[in-house]
Amino acid sequence: MDTHGIRVQRRFDVELVQVTKRYGGTTAVDGISLRIPPASYCCLLGPSGCGKTSTLRMIAGHEVISDGDVLIHDVNVTDLPPVERGTAMMFQSYALFPHLNCLDNVAFSLKARGMAKAQRHAKAREYLALVHMEGFAERLPSQLSGGQQQRVALARSLVTEPRVLLLDEPLSALDPFLRTRVREELKRLQRELGISFIHVTHSQDEAMALADLMVVMEDGHIRQAGPPREVFERPVSAFVARFIGGHNVLQGPGGMIAVRADRCRLGDPADGPHLPARVAAVEYQGPSVRVALTVGKGRDASVLVPDEQFYAEPVQPGDAATLVWAERDAHALAGAG
Amino acid sequence: MDAGQDAVSIAPRSRGRRRWRLSAQAVSWLQVSPLAIILITFFALPTLIFLVVSFYDYDRVGIYPDFLLDNYREILTSPATLRVYLSSLQFAFIVWAITLFLGFNIAYFLVFHVRSRMMRTVLFLACAIPFWTSGIIRTIAWIPFLGRNGAFNQMLQGVHLIDRPLDFLLFSPFAVCVTYIHLFTLLMIGPIANSLAKIDPALLEAARDAGASRWRTMVDIVIPLSKTGIALGSILVFTQVMGDFFVVKAMSGGQSASIVSQLATEIQAMQYPPAAASAMILVLFVAIMVGGMMRVVDVRKELVR
Repeated sequence: MDTHGIRVQRRFDVELVQVTKRYGGTTAVDGISLRIPPASYCCLLGPSGCGKTSTLRMIAGHEVISDGDVLIHDVNVTDLPPVERGTAMMFQSYALFPHLNCLDNVAFSLKARGMAKAQRHAKAREYLALVHMEGFAERLPSQLSGGQQQRVALARSLVTEPRVLLLDEPLSALDPFLRTRVREELKRLQRELGISFIHVTHSQDEAMALADLMVVMEDGHIRQAGPPREVFERPVSAFVARFIGGHNVLQGPGGMIAVRADRCRLGDPADGPHLPARVAAVEYQGPSVRVALTVGKGRDASVLVPDEQFYAEPVQPGDAATLVWAERDAHALAGAG
Repeated sequence: MDAGQDAVSIAPRSRGRRRWRLSAQAVSWLQVSPLAIILITFFALPTLIFLVVSFYDYDRVGIYPDFLLDNYREILTSPATLRVYLSSLQFAFIVWAITLFLGFNIAYFLVFHVRSRMMRTVLFLACAIPFWTSGIIRTIAWIPFLGRNGAFNQMLQGVHLIDRPLDFLLFSPFAVCVTYIHLFTLLMIGPIANSLAKIDPALLEAARDAGASRWRTMVDIVIPLSKTGIALGSILVFTQVMGDFFVVKAMSGGQSASIVSQLATEIQAMQYPPAAASAMILVLFVAIMVGGMMRVVDVRKELVR
């Protein structure tokens, strides 16, 4: 079905063409198009209910596509079952089979493909080793910690050598320390395996740390897609700027603008573009201090002040202040709000 | 403000309660005692009395305390006992297999295919409501349906599938099986639906994602994860059939006997010691069979999960 032997260079690992998902009368995903280049780490980012999980499940083949097409490695897979798509999914709850030990969990998809027992166990061990879980082969999932279960789930989805790995909020059940470590590991695996990962998350930190391609979704639409740096430097709308964080969305002279919080200062009206504000809270964050401000008619903004600079001229909640930024840091936004 | 009032109202109550606090051990005894009292007076004591009486001597006018093994010897050496046990086991096996098939499929449908909660409740009630009437009524209700001039025969004749009424429908082993299945399928549906409902639907998706066919998902995932329900349902159906008295009597037309109907004959003849002995043998037999099933599936371990 695919040009496997000849290795024709594929254009995209995954391509979505006007993909739509309707549940009864409501539209969860509204005609989105997206192209994921070969071997990329793609993060679908957005608040809950934005359609990111539905999109992932449509790519996986667990959700019927109401309209549009999904292509994987340039093959239209819209009407194919998951197993013929070359995708593998890692579920949010991991969905490990509770009555099977780790080895059999990982070997399950090989069993489904009719591989002999010795062979599938050998391969399953190999993939358990890939996620450093070879010592837990005989354990049941309930005897593992959350992080360990996640590794087994990862091994189980990779064992079929998928073309695209789909991850549904893989880090949400882990504690913050573990999250950072697993994040590094996911990125390492993706690089080593040279396949595309599509990772659904509502955490912008996660998306920025991992993604080659960051896709910000809202209300069933893609609001912006691009490398994280591009999205962070040039958010297209107030929603994107707010959602990825680290930005102040302000009323500039010529319309809405976004200014990065670390490029804003507390200063004097003479310094440049400015807005009068009142200090709402002060949070010490180690290298910097975040000063939360109320600007104008109750709009929130914040300023990240390097700690030395802050303690040279400290402010208290309730103080009047002036929010100042440089003209070149202001970034005009499309759309109001 | 609210919190303050709460604190004020809670404080004296908790002080009052402290005066009556029992030790943890006493509380445990209190909790366990109602069931213990019921089980001891209505189950353990009668069984003990049966056990004692089963060794008594008897004649046509009374029973006499004694320690005789004659009652047991008679039952265990009589060919009638073997026949009736074999016939009951045969019924039990057929009914078990069919109720398991029906029960599993109905439960699977209710749990995984019926999406709306409302519809599921309605369908569960449709299964359960007939159970609220007495088993005897539901048994007898089959007679006008299956009889020689019953609804089923008339219907078949009406569409000219047959020209003479089918005789095997009523007062036959067939009628007994049909009635058992009708009476006991719910006993399978309940426990199996309960254990199926505990299966995370994501597991079925994961199996599909792994490329497993429906059949493989069923054999490797769903059935192993619902084996507690299957075992519980099987125990319920098996003990019901083995302990049946009325269905065989009403539906077999005298062609089959059940263990309990034989026992009932002895009671009617006021032969209490042999009746007690056959009751003891039945209890022991069923206990061994159930013990065997519990060996295969540790129901207790799964129940507390």
